[in-house]
Amino acid sequence: MPRQPHDEGALDADGAVLAFDDVSMRYGRAPETLKDLNFSLAPGSFHFLTGASGAGKSSLLKLIYLAAKPSKGLMHLFGQDVSAVPVKEQPMLRRRIGVVFQEFRLLDHMSAFDNVALPLRIAGRKPDSYRQDVAELLAWVGLRSRMHAMPATLAGGEKQRLAIARAVVNRPDILLADEPTGNVDHEMGLRILRLFVELNRLGTTVLIATHDQDLVARSGKPVLHLEEGRLTQLGPVGGAG
Amino acid sequence: MSDFDPLRWKPAPFLPEADARDGSLIFVVATLCFLACLTALAVLATDRAARGWSDQLSGQATVIVRAKGAETPDSAAARAAEALSGLPGVGEVRALEKEKAEALIAPWLGDIADLDDLPVPRLVAVDLDPKAPATPQSLEKALKAQGLDAVVDDHSIWLKDIQRAAGFARWVGLAVFALIAAAAGAVVAFATRAGLTARHEVVEVLHLAGAENDFIARLFQMRFARMAALAGLFGAGGAAIMGAILRLMGGGQGLTPVLPIVWTDLLAVLPCPVAAGLVAAVAARLTAQALIAKMT
Repeated sequence: MPRQPHDEGALDADGAVLAFDDVSMRYGRAPETLKDLNFSLAPGSFHFLTGASGAGKSSLLKLIYLAAKPSKGLMHLFGQDVSAVPVKEQPMLRRRIGVVFQEFRLLDHMSAFDNVALPLRIAGRKPDSYRQDVAELLAWVGLRSRMHAMPATLAGGEKQRLAIARAVVNRPDILLADEPTGNVDHEMGLRILRLFVELNRLGTTVLIATHDQDLVARSGKPVLHLEEGRLTQLGPVGGAG
Repeated sequence: MSDFDPLRWKPAPFLPEADARDGSLIFVVATLCFLACLTALAVLATDRAARGWSDQLSGQATVIVRAKGAETPDSAAARAAEALSGLPGVGEVRALEKEKAEALIAPWLGDIADLDDLPVPRLVAVDLDPKAPATPQSLEKALKAQGLDAVVDDHSIWLKDIQRAAGFARWVGLAVFALIAAAAGAVVAFATRAGLTARHEVVEVLHLAGAENDFIARLFQMRFARMAALAGLFGAGGAAIMGAILRLMGGGQGLTPVLPIVWTDLLAVLPCPVAAGLVAAVAARLTAQALIAKMT
């Protein structure tokens, strides 16, 4: 659950899937992009991450999916201090996190089916053990008839649903989404939101970075708001996660 | 409805199969492999030529005989030949005729019409037993015993020069070979760098999906190793064809007696595809590991 910034002693990493303790981050020698962040996410929670462009939303997600390191503070992921996790073991942590991007980041040389199967292949699973699961997942996101399609032939909404399927195929504990509705129309945005809500109901912790205030308001989920790298608003907008 | 059957699905390769740069890379590596194989063939032929000359020189000695007192040069040469015949380690012994001796020194004296006034020494050619050749000392001893003024030349000065030249040619060949291998490695490293940069997004997606850096590096390693092995096959094939042409053009001695190629030399190109693949694999892996660590 979100905590107030600098709320000393309130950090309780026990049981939280993610906990930030005075975490700051900077790129090289540039000024800090994220400053003194303190919050934690309970398992199965659903939060939006809002803020203007450049507020640090993407940087915060990068920290969580281990594409960047904090320049200061402690970050706990699944109860482990990330700075103490050897580089060789980081991929195992990463496999517990699904990420969806605004620009989809699908592999153009692979079919929809291949794109979704990718995390399972990387995890070393045998194709026979997941063929059916992948097909069912694609059907669940509404791409039953597009399994063989190459990403270039898919519409924006289809691409995003495909990206979501790939992000959740190995049942991650945390699902991160960076502006997932940025490249789709409003109706498709709501449809994608419903997918996230359904995944959350299945127990996945969800954190969605967005500047779509309408989407946030409709969902009634709690919000983490970033302003110039600091968390300035924490708590539900229209309901609890 | 889709006619896609998940049960018949076969996983796609992790990396895109074709790249516009692949053709150029294969051409460059094939050319380097071709040059490396030609260098190897040249080293083998040079080595064989040097060994041939060494064998020829070490199997012979020349005795320079000067007539003393009233004895004629012909008589002194005949006596020297007789003194050496039958010695242990000596095969055939021939006293060279006056004309042959004069022909041998003509390059140093020029076209002099009459050499009769000059005390031109006579030469005796001695074939030595290749298994247990007689030493120059034993030859000199036998000549002295007959009271002959003679000097034995066992060609050791020339032999050392030839061996030194052959050794130098070997080292130059190896150095050129190493240089070409390093150039091939650098080309592959450059291509890996370009390939990784071009596929930055693929690397990022694989990484996000939980792939280890080693796993991603291995993909690039395998890709470039396969490509280099194929290029090595082309280069080695080209060099083998060139070697075969040289061998056929020159008959039993290759293109020239100076560079004699034999059919078995062509086997030297066989390791080239494997070597090219290994060099590429190492270069691609090291480059990929360093770059992926930076990118992720």
